Amino acid sequence: MASCESKSCADCEAVVTRICDSYGSCRGSLIPILHDIQREMGYISSDAMEIVAERLGVTSAQVHSTATFYTLFYTKPQGKNIVRLCDSPPCHIEGSRAVREAISKELGISEGETTEDMNFTFEVVSCMGLCGVAPAIMVNDDVYGNVTPESVAGILNKYREAK
Amino acid sequence: MAFYRAHVLVDTGTPAVLKGALAVKSALIEELKRRGLDKEIKVVETGDLGLHNAGCGVVIYPEGVTYANVTTDFVPLIVEEHLLKGRPVEKLLYKEDQPSVVTAAESPRCNEMRVILKNIGVIDPNSIDEYIAHGGYEGLVKALTTMTPDQVINEVKASQLKGRGGAGFPTGLKWEFTAKAAGSDKAIVCNADEGEPGNFKDRLILEGDPHQIIEGMVIAAYAVGANEGYIYIRGEYHQSVEHTEKALKAAREMGFLGKNILDTGLDFDISIFKGAGAYICGEETALLESLEGKRGESRMKPPFPPTYGLRGMPTVVNNVETFAAIPHILAKGAEWYCSIGTGQSKGTKIFSPCGDVLYPGVYEVPFGITLREIIYNMAGGIKSGKDLKAVLMGGPSGVMVGKDALDRKLCAEDLNPGAGALIVLDEDKCIVDLMQNIAQFFYHESCGQCTPCREGCKRMLEVFNWWTAGAGSEDDIALLEQLATTMSLTSKCGLGQFAGVAFKSSLPLFMDEYRAHLKDKVCPTGVCSMDKVLEEVK
Amino acid sequence: MAEVNVKINGQDIKAQSGQTILEVARAAGIYIPTLCYHSDLMPDGVCRICAVEVKGQRTLCTACCYPVSDGMEVQTHTPKVREARRMIVELMLANHPQECLTCAKNQKCELQKLAKELGIQDVRFKGERRVYDRDLTSPSVIRDPEKCILCGRCVRVCDDIQSVAALNPVNRGWNTLIVPGMCDDLADVVCVNCGQCINRCPTGALKGNDPAPAIWEAIHDPKKHVIVQTAPAVRASIGEEFGLPPGTRVTGKMVTALKMLGFDRVMDTDFTADLTIMEEGSELIQRITEGGALPQLTSCSPGWIKFIEYYFPDLLPNVSSCKSPQQMFGALAKTYYAQKMGIDPADIVSVSIMPCTAKKFECERPEMTSSGYKDVDYVLTTREAAGMMKEAGIDLPNLPDSEYDDPFGVTTGAAVIFGNTGGVMEAALRTAYELVTGQKLDEVNIQAVRGMEGVREASVQVGDITVKAAVAHGLANARKVLEGIRDGRFKDYHFIEIMCCPGGCIGGGGQPQPTSEEIRKARIKAIYEEDETMKIRKSHENPAVLKLYEEFLEKPLSHKSHELLHTHYTARDRKTARKTADKPVKVKVEKS
Repeated sequence: MASCESKSCADCEAVVTRICDSYGSCRGSLIPILHDIQREMGYISSDAMEIVAERLGVTSAQVHSTATFYTLFYTKPQGKNIVRLCDSPPCHIEGSRAVREAISKELGISEGETTEDMNFTFEVVSCMGLCGVAPAIMVNDDVYGNVTPESVAGILNKYREAK
Repeated sequence: MAFYRAHVLVDTGTPAVLKGALAVKSALIEELKRRGLDKEIKVVETGDLGLHNAGCGVVIYPEGVTYANVTTDFVPLIVEEHLLKGRPVEKLLYKEDQPSVVTAAESPRCNEMRVILKNIGVIDPNSIDEYIAHGGYEGLVKALTTMTPDQVINEVKASQLKGRGGAGFPTGLKWEFTAKAAGSDKAIVCNADEGEPGNFKDRLILEGDPHQIIEGMVIAAYAVGANEGYIYIRGEYHQSVEHTEKALKAAREMGFLGKNILDTGLDFDISIFKGAGAYICGEETALLESLEGKRGESRMKPPFPPTYGLRGMPTVVNNVETFAAIPHILAKGAEWYCSIGTGQSKGTKIFSPCGDVLYPGVYEVPFGITLREIIYNMAGGIKSGKDLKAVLMGGPSGVMVGKDALDRKLCAEDLNPGAGALIVLDEDKCIVDLMQNIAQFFYHESCGQCTPCREGCKRMLEVFNWWTAGAGSEDDIALLEQLATTMSLTSKCGLGQFAGVAFKSSLPLFMDEYRAHLKDKVCPTGVCSMDKVLEEVK
Repeated sequence: MAEVNVKINGQDIKAQSGQTILEVARAAGIYIPTLCYHSDLMPDGVCRICAVEVKGQRTLCTACCYPVSDGMEVQTHTPKVREARRMIVELMLANHPQECLTCAKNQKCELQKLAKELGIQDVRFKGERRVYDRDLTSPSVIRDPEKCILCGRCVRVCDDIQSVAALNPVNRGWNTLIVPGMCDDLADVVCVNCGQCINRCPTGALKGNDPAPAIWEAIHDPKKHVIVQTAPAVRASIGEEFGLPPGTRVTGKMVTALKMLGFDRVMDTDFTADLTIMEEGSELIQRITEGGALPQLTSCSPGWIKFIEYYFPDLLPNVSSCKSPQQMFGALAKTYYAQKMGIDPADIVSVSIMPCTAKKFECERPEMTSSGYKDVDYVLTTREAAGMMKEAGIDLPNLPDSEYDDPFGVTTGAAVIFGNTGGVMEAALRTAYELVTGQKLDEVNIQAVRGMEGVREASVQVGDITVKAAVAHGLANARKVLEGIRDGRFKDYHFIEIMCCPGGCIGGGGQPQPTSEEIRKARIKAIYEEDETMKIRKSHENPAVLKLYEEFLEKPLSHKSHELLHTHYTARDRKTARKTADKPVKVKVEKS
């Protein structure tokens, strides 16, 4: 559980307050608010959760309880680029295991880990609805299908140069 | 509206974009401009054509010719030969023995019947005008201006439409319960949380023809008396969200959403709600919990959503494909719908064969088609050329069938297709390895509320981990079977109830393979590394 | 509610539509095992133990939440059902520490009971077991997450009944865990220490912070003078720990047992309850006649005090400045009593036996050192006191009665009813009426403030004043009242009694398990019966209290009274709760 690290607390408060202002104050707004915070700040800090809780009339623990349920929400800073490999049955039988090994080798980390330079986080996730081009990976919002161990380096390099 | 003598539709569905579709589109626009043809020929983006192994597809109207594997290099050739001189480029044409958007009627081997998918690859999903030009919103207008809500419900009941998300509950009955439920505030929710591995039909519909959903939901709102609507789209489906948002905006501008729709007094609007990465939110009550800003934990049933749904309101929760069928039923009539399909499964169903098939994709067919027809005639058969070993019907929560089921019919009376995924395995795949992978999926996705699912999914995974590492014993089979039975009888929702179904159904088909792993400590296909020592093995 | 006909195990039963299978079965005396179900809480249907066969249903249905319908046929113990239940319990046991023999819940654990009932002799799943550290940070509640079976009862009681929601589930699936705050230690979150969670926990995952070892040491230390005070509620409940039915009064036996344990003096918190009425009653009269924050709110419930400090600090001026009877006792024990007995207060170890776990927090509050020492050293819950008795081989039910020791042993019926919701109010009214009007109160039992509804109101004519009073128990109800003060609804009320726990102290977090409305009603009835048997029924008639004023305190609200018997409160910021740890403060005081 991390409190605001990358931005100053005043920044965090300004961003989260602005986001909360654009939604209603009922609990139904919680997940859309968390999406927006996640997108703007890279993760949802405990300080952010306190502000959201106050606005929605719930406890920060309840915000945290909800946030930790969903895999797209992070409560700790992640790498700049999140690499998600699908290992559900259609991708699995089409060779996701070999792609997983290639990604691990290329990045030097195992699944669930982040590179030291904080550029990549590698996750193995459930089906992303790209079964027609299995095996598939997503890097942030970008989708890659029919991935082979050989094509991994080329895909990841785009995000190295972009840094 | 400007008059164009030809339309060039570029497939910009997600898979095609991966193959450079956007570059092709830009190149086409550039080339047409260069040739001074941009005022007569329009280039348009269209939804996923479903040609997943054919790269970027381009369809040219009015001829209806489809090009496959188009790259920017070929653009000048297509423009020169086809658009200027009127001569289609043979070598780029989509092959005849593959299902094609435009040659569906002509191909003798293809039984596709595109009702819900009829616009995909034909219209620009971001254009409400094109949707309307192709018969869109006809059903809505007919329902709202010539029928009473009760008549609408009766029409849907008469069509015998059943839910397309996998559970197959009669839609008309669901709407009737909701309409009759006490309470003046009601809601319509579209379940677009498509998380079942092997299913990607809803993504295609939302990317390629989202207005169908909107139309279906407004009809539902009219029928039951609802004012609030939500489309719960899984967070990973960015393009679906984008296209649906545009469609909602356009529908509002046209007066199909908002206050006093078509002067009927119906106030109804729809918001998009993005999921946050939880397969369980595809279960209707977990979805409702998520909409309410809570953990996606399924509720006790009864009560069911038609009586107690979103924030306690009577709520209709239907799958994308179900809502998409509604406008067609209203426009063409229940009798027409009943003429398609079988006795207990009316209408068309969208299937998504994937895995070891040559042409993974979505195919819409009448119920009653055989497994063989879809896998071999449409999806091109096994891509490796080897034998088919097994098919997982509907996804990992579905039943496994073997080769002997190929001639069974896909319908409620025979082989229940679930949500439509058909994960096909060839003889090189290991069933035990697949079971381990399925168990991993459920272990990751269980919400954790109820004991049998939370603990059971973990124990199932552990056992499969041992089996694939050469550490199992035959006695485990009976234990795992009993566990699967307990989970199916006592789990709080469908996730736990169906987590062990694939395993149980695979036992009579592949007992030899299990025995090989457990007794002989051998993996016949060589997929499992039987000598791996796992830390968890006691 | 329409009448429906159902059949359970072949037996025809008439039921009401809207009832669950479990409710109907229990009313008909048919047993269905349960685990996550608790009669105080909304059913959640997560353990799945109460699964039964319902004819025509594809899956088994959980009796705790499945509604009956006309013609329903239910079987509760078929082979299919029994096999499923066994497997579910095996799954629980596979992820549970196998340390029953040394667990605080040994022989009282509901999981243990179920395993025995189902005849489980082997756990066939031999995989990973989740491992977590225990949380020992709170003075009141100890958490042992490895023993948690995720029934969710603690979450439901803390959220629905106490409206605090200190405990919540985090993560998903196998990694689900119930934690305080955002995975914090319990001492670092907004928790009022009420222990209602402990009372509902079926296993040893939650238990009280038991000081018995330190107390044994003090008792056996010849240099220490160990005194014990007993709360009103304990005498009507401790018998349950020895198998006596709820509502059995064991006052005299309890005193005997405590003497046998080796306490140097066994005295009664009821004494200072009478004292509280004198002080608080005088305070109320002063506020009414001379002006002061009204309505006055009672202050003897430390869980409630912590609650208002966190959630309604703006209303702290309304709270009576009186300490709780426990703390008044503690302050007097190391001053008045020490002087009277000629004992060095540094050698006095002051122990209390309470139905309450928040009292453990209360005695650690920095303000509770008016004597110059820690006024109350240790708090034992009813359960823990019974534990000490059992360890000493004391067979409470068969003991002869004994009397309390002086000087804090003479008490009244008004004091004993402090244990019930409405009791403090009634005791205060009995005294206020006579002191203000100068007339005798004929009907001592003030029925208007008795009962179980969450918020009760009464108007009592006291001379010229129509005293508007209200009573609330359970913090969700307290919250309603406080919001009512803020928004004006209760603004013109004079006196409001608030108890943290449902039923009042008899429903406290330190009380015997199980708890239910039925059990709490039985205890409440016993307390009122005890009141009826007392010679003196009104606090201002307690001769020992009058003597205390005469000899030591002078009069209610005197300077000395203020010094020893009154306190102040601390507004607490919910947001910074995580950063300013509410850990027990080690009190080191100079002798004044």
